[in-house]
Amino acid sequence: MVVGMTLSTFLQQLINGLSLGSLYALIAIGYTMVYGILKLINFAHGDIFMMAAYFAYFGISVFFLPWYVTFIITIILTMLLGAGIERMAYRPLREAPKTSLLISAIGVSFLLENLATYLFSGKPQAFPEFPAMTTPIFVGGLSIQPVSIVIPIVAFFLMTVLLFIINKTKVGMAMRAVSVDYDTAKLMGIKIDNVISSTFAIGSGLAAVGALLWCMKYPSVLPLMGVVPGLKCFIAAVIGGIGNVKGAVLGGLILGFSEVLMVAFFPSLTGYRDAVAFIILIIILLFLPNGILGKKQVEKV
Amino acid sequence: MKNTQNSLGAYLKKHWKTVVFLVVVLIGIGIADQFVNSFMRRLLNLSAIYTIVALSMNLVNGFTGQFSLGQAGFMAIGAYTVAIFTVPVGLRSTIFYLAPMAPFLANIQLPFVVALILGGFLSAGVAFLIGSPCLRLRGDYLAIATLGFSEIIRIIFTNTQTITNGALGIKSIPTISSLWWTFGIALIVIIACFLLINSSYGRAFKSVREDEIAAEAMGVGLFKTKMTSFLISAFFTGIGGGLYAALLGTVDPKQFYFTLTYNFLLIIVLGGMGSISGTIIASFVVTLGQEALRFLDEPMAFGLDLPIFRPGLRMVVFSFLLMVVVLFYRKGLMGTNELTWNFIANKFRSIKSRFTKKAASAQGGDSK
Amino acid sequence: MKKSLSLLLCLALVATMTAGCSGSSTSSDNSDVIKVGVFEPLTGANASGGELELEGVQLANKLRPEVLGKKVELVVADNKSDKAEATTAAARLIEKDKVCAILGSWGSSLSMAAGDIVKSNKIPAIALSATNPQVTLGNDYYFRVCFLDPFQGTVMANYAYKTLGAKKVAIVQEVSNDYSVGLAKFFTDAFAKLSGDSNAIVSTGNYNTGDQDFNGILTNIKATNPDVIFAPGNYTESALLIKQARALGITCPIIGGDTWETNEFITVGGADVEGAVMSTFFDDTNPPTEAGKTFVAEYKKLYPDRQNIPAVTALGYDGYMMLMDAIERAGSADPQAIRDALATTTNFEGATGVITINANGDAEKNSAIVKVVKDGKFTYLDTVTITQ
Repeated sequence: MVVGMTLSTFLQQLINGLSLGSLYALIAIGYTMVYGILKLINFAHGDIFMMAAYFAYFGISVFFLPWYVTFIITIILTMLLGAGIERMAYRPLREAPKTSLLISAIGVSFLLENLATYLFSGKPQAFPEFPAMTTPIFVGGLSIQPVSIVIPIVAFFLMTVLLFIINKTKVGMAMRAVSVDYDTAKLMGIKIDNVISSTFAIGSGLAAVGALLWCMKYPSVLPLMGVVPGLKCFIAAVIGGIGNVKGAVLGGLILGFSEVLMVAFFPSLTGYRDAVAFIILIIILLFLPNGILGKKQVEKV
Repeated sequence: MKNTQNSLGAYLKKHWKTVVFLVVVLIGIGIADQFVNSFMRRLLNLSAIYTIVALSMNLVNGFTGQFSLGQAGFMAIGAYTVAIFTVPVGLRSTIFYLAPMAPFLANIQLPFVVALILGGFLSAGVAFLIGSPCLRLRGDYLAIATLGFSEIIRIIFTNTQTITNGALGIKSIPTISSLWWTFGIALIVIIACFLLINSSYGRAFKSVREDEIAAEAMGVGLFKTKMTSFLISAFFTGIGGGLYAALLGTVDPKQFYFTLTYNFLLIIVLGGMGSISGTIIASFVVTLGQEALRFLDEPMAFGLDLPIFRPGLRMVVFSFLLMVVVLFYRKGLMGTNELTWNFIANKFRSIKSRFTKKAASAQGGDSK
Repeated sequence: MKKSLSLLLCLALVATMTAGCSGSSTSSDNSDVIKVGVFEPLTGANASGGELELEGVQLANKLRPEVLGKKVELVVADNKSDKAEATTAAARLIEKDKVCAILGSWGSSLSMAAGDIVKSNKIPAIALSATNPQVTLGNDYYFRVCFLDPFQGTVMANYAYKTLGAKKVAIVQEVSNDYSVGLAKFFTDAFAKLSGDSNAIVSTGNYNTGDQDFNGILTNIKATNPDVIFAPGNYTESALLIKQARALGITCPIIGGDTWETNEFITVGGADVEGAVMSTFFDDTNPPTEAGKTFVAEYKKLYPDRQNIPAVTALGYDGYMMLMDAIERAGSADPQAIRDALATTTNFEGATGVITINANGDAEKNSAIVKVVKDGKFTYLDTVTITQ
């Protein structure tokens, strides 16, 4: 059942894994940031990703705006969407038990999916082509699309910028304070609402970038396109250690590579491909409950 | 012996209202079974099945406070057990036309009840395997882990061609249409849950929900309690799944996507996560409501041709209602209260007093 | 606030139940209207196909709005591309709306979900583009106007072996879709028989509905160097699949089945789907019958901006017309009589060809159209006739 392969096929699969993993990484960062601050699994994150894709689609294909304008508008709109969701669906429940917040997140996710199906119909919409990105370059026996190289570069660049913001700026310090101890941070005069809103905005912005790159590589926009990536990226964030930005990137890459390499080496098991993410998740949760780079969480009585 | 008889008699006498109500309900089911048309029958059956699964979910999520999202997977196990074992042997080779059914299964045909209970036990068995590692996890992690297992179960069913017929699914399952099956089993589950909650087990569940650390300090075995609740829930969910398969007549893995679990989540949130009666009411409201709202999907002939009414609006309104409940009526319909006779009596009293208060103040009396 | 909510919901519950219980017996079929149910996916993954079929039915209804002196009313139910919804929608059409016949659905598994219901309620149903044999097998009440997957698989196998001269084939199937899996199997069997080589299938790739990344399986396939790839999945995934195959440098022809023929296949696939070949039911540049010519002319009048006419629309049209013909021959709107009339349909001239219903309830069709994507349009390539 294990398939032997040539070096070039193997390298090709590695490239596949790298680009998929970096996409997962970008989206996972958004999850991890929100969790770090609010201890909330934002189930709606995958659907924010989906809405960003639709914004971009409408900008270019329906309103005929030039692509760079659309991209900027998309990112801004998505950031507003994320902050808006926080304001309307999560902030009122901040004092409520955790379960209510989780249910609210599921509710928002549900609403966004149904809204998208109703507004945009269930048919796939074609994301515009970017030949500069997708025309493959053939090196040896390998085919490399420029977008496959751009994605990891963008992911690492954004990760570095984010780490800089978190570790070296005042805003970042405020975020770290809130994530370590919410109540004390409030007492110390940190404007909690602003910090949380900015966290959501940044996370959603990253999801938007992820959506744009995703659609360049897989140009089909569907209302339910965010469901499976959302779930997988959350798993990626947990694998790497939730609350930790580097962990999210690591988790995303691990997931991307595992998926592709499993398909490469065990082609008869490709039907089980989605199960890989869940299996890795469960293994990690059992043996390294805080993820690979996570810190031990102490629950105070 | 005389003592127990006395106490049973005394118990029935004390709760005579409930007994009368139950008898009325049973008569109602009998009448409905005779006269209701088959579309309404299908809806009622579906509501009853949803009640069973929602109650089991509420047992774990609402009463024990463990956020488990694995219902769809357990339903799938129950559904497939019934499907595999009740389809007549003669039809199996036509259904499994892509790859023949596994020989050790191909000739076993079980009566419906046996298959149903077997489904429940298999479901509980899998729950034991899943629960052992997962129940140790904290709230949100448990949610994702159980969701993950639910998906893994579904993916396995999609790929085991010889056992479950993979993506093709299994059809021609002998159907049940009598309301007695679903409502009967629902009643049994309701009574079982009620007895469970009011026993020492139930108190243990609630203590775990309120404060795990305190409960542990008081000697409640955390893991054992959670596991008990999880197993019972899985058992009933498996039975609910089996009934589901028998109602629809076909099963396939796509029906058990984790979004199915969201339906039950909606029901228990709407009904109130710590209330049995709330869940029952909510199941019926949601199932019947979804059908009642179907008109939103069709163009309305008001003389105007409003493009707002087209397919998909129904689900948007539905999710919107869910958000309203979650944000403004967080405790759901019943919160943690039960629909007891006292509750109803109090309600009537308060409504009556509100009317008399209004009448009194209208006559220009004092404001109190 | 809480009290009013609970009161409101209880009232809503009571209202719905009484409405449901009572509403059923009011509508009668002795009125001036004949109700025909149309049961299609109008939301969800298969919405495209469902909408196109509905258009065909509606066009036919416009051209022939009356039969036996009574008006024909279409009752449309959306099955949301979901099996459980399909059973409820079908039950609703039969119970609540009291239709005398049902047209639909797009998608074999959705049609099969309704199969037991139409059978036990003795209402005749016509599948329009569902190609899986299981839809009509063993069900006296389900009929079909299109060809079946075993036939379609043989057609494409013939095309691959004879026209393309392929010796090695790779298959990519949507493993969670019974249509895809079934068609792949029929193709495999037919190809093995034609080539005499039981190892002609060199590689099989599986994917799930909704997948977007096929690079892994395609890289594997590329390594085995097939002469042609058969990918009988839905258009949503297939378009992406073909794009990624071309991006990886796979140059061999990629062929598929009837689910490809939608506008989205071309818009999403773009330049990469040029040259994709598929089997389908109808070609608007070459309608096989007079009825076909009428259909094409009326369609162009109604939708002057559209480039080509999807085959499933033609099938929708045929389904309706065949039903009208059966009702006329039956002389009444009694479902049993309609059913019997449908079963004896002989040489009915439909837009997609001459239809005779055989013992299984299937249309005896022995030819299929093969189309290719050329210059961004579905263009006629060949008609394949297979005499058994």
